[in-house]
Amino acid sequence: MNLSFLAAGAEGGAATPAWAMLAYLVAGIFFILALRGLSSPATSRTGNRFGMAGMAIAVITTLVTHSIANIAEIGIAIFIGAIIGVTMARRIAMTSMPELVAGFHSLVGLAAVLVGWAAYLNPGAFGLLTDGGAIGPVSKIEMGLGIAIGAITFSGSVIAFLKLSGKMSGSPIMLPGRHIINLGTLAAILVLTAMFAHTPGADANLPFIVALTIAAFIIGFLLIIPIGGADMPVVVSMLNSYSGWAAAAMGFTLGNSAMIITGALVGSSGAILSYIMCKAMNRSFISVIAGGFGADSSGGGNGEVREQRPYKQGSAADAAFMLEQAEKVIVIPGYGMAVAQAQHALREMTDVLEEKGVEVKFAIHPVAGRMPGHMNVLLAEANVSYDKVFELEDINSEFAQADVAFIIGANDVVNPAAKTDKSSPIYGMPVFDVDKAKQVFFIKRSMGGVGYAGVDNDVFYMDQTMMLLSDAKKMVEEIVKAMD
Amino acid sequence: MDFISILSIFVLACFVGYYVVWSVTPALHTPLMAVTNAISSVIIVGGLIAAAEAGSDVAKWLGLLAVVLASVNIFGGFAVTERMLAMYKKKDK
Repeated sequence: MNLSFLAAGAEGGAATPAWAMLAYLVAGIFFILALRGLSSPATSRTGNRFGMAGMAIAVITTLVTHSIANIAEIGIAIFIGAIIGVTMARRIAMTSMPELVAGFHSLVGLAAVLVGWAAYLNPGAFGLLTDGGAIGPVSKIEMGLGIAIGAITFSGSVIAFLKLSGKMSGSPIMLPGRHIINLGTLAAILVLTAMFAHTPGADANLPFIVALTIAAFIIGFLLIIPIGGADMPVVVSMLNSYSGWAAAAMGFTLGNSAMIITGALVGSSGAILSYIMCKAMNRSFISVIAGGFGADSSGGGNGEVREQRPYKQGSAADAAFMLEQAEKVIVIPGYGMAVAQAQHALREMTDVLEEKGVEVKFAIHPVAGRMPGHMNVLLAEANVSYDKVFELEDINSEFAQADVAFIIGANDVVNPAAKTDKSSPIYGMPVFDVDKAKQVFFIKRSMGGVGYAGVDNDVFYMDQTMMLLSDAKKMVEEIVKAMD
Repeated sequence: MDFISILSIFVLACFVGYYVVWSVTPALHTPLMAVTNAISSVIIVGGLIAAAEAGSDVAKWLGLLAVVLASVNIFGGFAVTERMLAMYKKKDK
């Protein structure tokens, strides 16, 4: 077979040899396999190795095919990044995973902006020059969009990071006329991109690319500040998607298949996760993006006085006694479990109960926590076997047979108002049917807070409900002690 | 590559992404975000080209900075994914 085509240059544009294009394609396929592995925990680690191998192929191919004048500097740059990255990955607490991911997204966004600018300043290196010695208009559109999406990803993720890590208030910040400002800025970015592409000559089009970069940084900031803490799972997924589209736009500019395939994968991944999150809250994507949900309503400025309704309060000893008598217990963890770091104590409680012959299952709502799958990671960290952890639709029918529904740090996801009260802000959201369980234990810090949606929860006042008012971790530890 | 070939790869990859991501189990959605974050740092390729090629000093330094940022993501993203995935165990009782 004649393989000489492998050494041939690609048609037009960058002189990337054919073998290198095939190598980038292999890298892209390895990235597909990395995601494919995540279909089950058993195959997931093999998948991750494919991801690493794909990245190594992409990096080595790039280095080999370019005349590297600065290999030492590049080596140092990679080394610095590796040290920082690995240190962060090792040190981060599992409860802080959402802010780590948001922080990482911001880096992808900023890297996309830098690459876009580098391509603008040195188009020859990227094979972007046309016969006339200038950058073609199509390349400029791709470049402009790549820079814009990257900048939005960066500033949006920085705000998401600050909100998730508590360095900035999680409550929405509403600017007057923000919809008009936002739409105006978006329109300005598109117009600037078109003018940038249309204007030949680096001196003449420089102001446009500067202006579009600045406008994109601003819009990323403006888009995220009005979105409240409870909507963060959608925001994190959405920024995940943007970081993918930024990579894809750069892939178009560079004609690099590994970047395009990856960008498309990551872009669709984030979009699908956003869709799943929105559906799990019965909210439209537009209403989440418009923001304002979860505004602080505890001030009681509406003149509305919540009636004091009777509820039953129990102690750890009461709960321990009844748990031991139960045959089947379903645990519903929420963000409060993460805040209290109660997952390890919860696992201990599970172990004790299982030794006594009680069946314990975990029920996870798609929007529990601050990012998709947040609760699953925490339970995995605490060594809870993943075959005991179930999704909403798989376990909801089992509450009728459950002796105890054990709610820890969750609230809105068990609120029956979502099923019955059409005026409720969470109406239509799928919730757990805890009212069907024989008994409900509700661990909560106090009777004051009412979840992020700011609505009262009828589960507190049901006959079969026992409120366990305490810090989640302390309460579970006391229950474990009381069972000995 | 001409624009149409690139576009074809992109559109097909979007379809592949759609089906592959729907097959990811919800229990692994956090690792999914971590690993997609790591692989989207393949943008390092652009940084490497800018850093490697002569022609513009500013572009070189922008490229090197992009390489640092993307490397943080690549190493951090894969490492944290590995750490999370190692925790997903099935206990035999």
